[in-house]
Amino acid sequence: MKRLFADIRLITSKDLKIELRSRVLINQVAPFALIILVLFGIALDADQKSLRNFASGLFWISVLLCALMAISRSMTIERDDEALVGLNLSGVDPLAIFLGKTCAIAIQLLILEIFLGVGIILLYRSEVEDFWLLVSTGLFACIAVSALGTIFGFLASGLGVRETLLPILLLPLLLPVLIGATRAFDDALGVAAINGWNWFAFVAGLTVILTTVGAGANYLLADN
Amino acid sequence: MTSSITTASKGSKILGLTSLVGFVVLVLLAFFVTDPDIRFHPETGEEFGQFDAVRLLYLHVPLIAVTYLAFVVCAIASAGYLVKRTFWWDSMAHAAGEVGTLTCALVLITGSIWGRPVWNTWWEWGDVRVMSTLILFLLFLGYLALRGAFVSPQRAARPAAIVALIAVLDIPLINRSVEWWENRTLHQKSTLSELKIEDLTLFTLMLGILVALLVMSWLILHRFRVAWLEHAEFEQGIKTAIEERRQIDNED
Repeated sequence: MKRLFADIRLITSKDLKIELRSRVLINQVAPFALIILVLFGIALDADQKSLRNFASGLFWISVLLCALMAISRSMTIERDDEALVGLNLSGVDPLAIFLGKTCAIAIQLLILEIFLGVGIILLYRSEVEDFWLLVSTGLFACIAVSALGTIFGFLASGLGVRETLLPILLLPLLLPVLIGATRAFDDALGVAAINGWNWFAFVAGLTVILTTVGAGANYLLADN
Repeated sequence: MTSSITTASKGSKILGLTSLVGFVVLVLLAFFVTDPDIRFHPETGEEFGQFDAVRLLYLHVPLIAVTYLAFVVCAIASAGYLVKRTFWWDSMAHAAGEVGTLTCALVLITGSIWGRPVWNTWWEWGDVRVMSTLILFLLFLGYLALRGAFVSPQRAARPAAIVALIAVLDIPLINRSVEWWENRTLHQKSTLSELKIEDLTLFTLMLGILVALLVMSWLILHRFRVAWLEHAEFEQGIKTAIEERRQIDNED
């Protein structure tokens, strides 16, 4: 178990170091997120009330679109020079590779969520009524997105059409997470009179299920 | 002389013909013989019910049953492939997945047409069963897209099998959604298991399920045979290429 955690930390730090050096998240994904927020604002004709009402949905759609970029990026660094084959042959537990990459993507997504969160507060004038609901939902939902994203990223990584295939495979499975996270955010931002913690429980349950499914699928994928 | 390759056999022709006859009988019963759903309010005496729209349910409900079945067959065959690693299981999963996706699309279309007069809407975003069925359809569209992305069917088999096993997890959710989220669905709870319908209506519905099963079997059978022929052609293509290469090497 100690070895597993050490391997997870190793893979996570490897991916994050590559990210820090290449600065794709800061130079490309974060500006893309900002552009999405601005585009929504323009598309809704800068109607402040609508923007505030739809802020949760717009936030999570932006997160999902940015997640696709982050996952694609995470798989690209493994595909170049067949790095994934080398990683598999290195003796690192496949579960550690899966969880390590999931953690790395989740950390990047959390940074993006903070960036987007500040964006909706500043641009859409959203007001936070339940900070901890916002944080808890954001954390669990991003783990769910990362876990499934990693497994589907692995599935599509060897294909020339992975950029188009990944959204088709991933987004339908993430729809329940999108629904739950949006409802919880609606409550946390005070735009809907619902019990957001119930929706948080739904997202947390989904996160556990999807991460377990991802780990199981990873086992099947790694087993030759 | 050219050899004709066909996916038909004596058995499949009989199955096809039976399906066709069954379908004609079903259409006659569903659209002409059975009564429309007209009920009267016990106090006001006012007419209510689904009226002629109920006839669509003789198609919609059987389609749901065969969609579930096709996807379950796809998942079982996918699991079979992961254990046995033979082309037979993969072809069966592919055939069942493709037919299931087709019937799932028909479920959504017939449901939407039925929903317009009965629920007064083509599409209900808040209905958990409608949304989870749409998710199932999209998941299997992804499954087929994944299969189509690989040049070699053998390379597609394992990733596709994993996707099928994940996607099929949506079926229990769809099935139980009317119980788990009672207040978030316009769908009624199970009518068939509690047998709240009777006589000709029940017979027509059962016939509909039987006919849908026959049609699904016929489609899966032919799709399976097409996949088998495609595989044989792919293998033959490799063999021919190797032979040609050998001949070129020998000539040199």
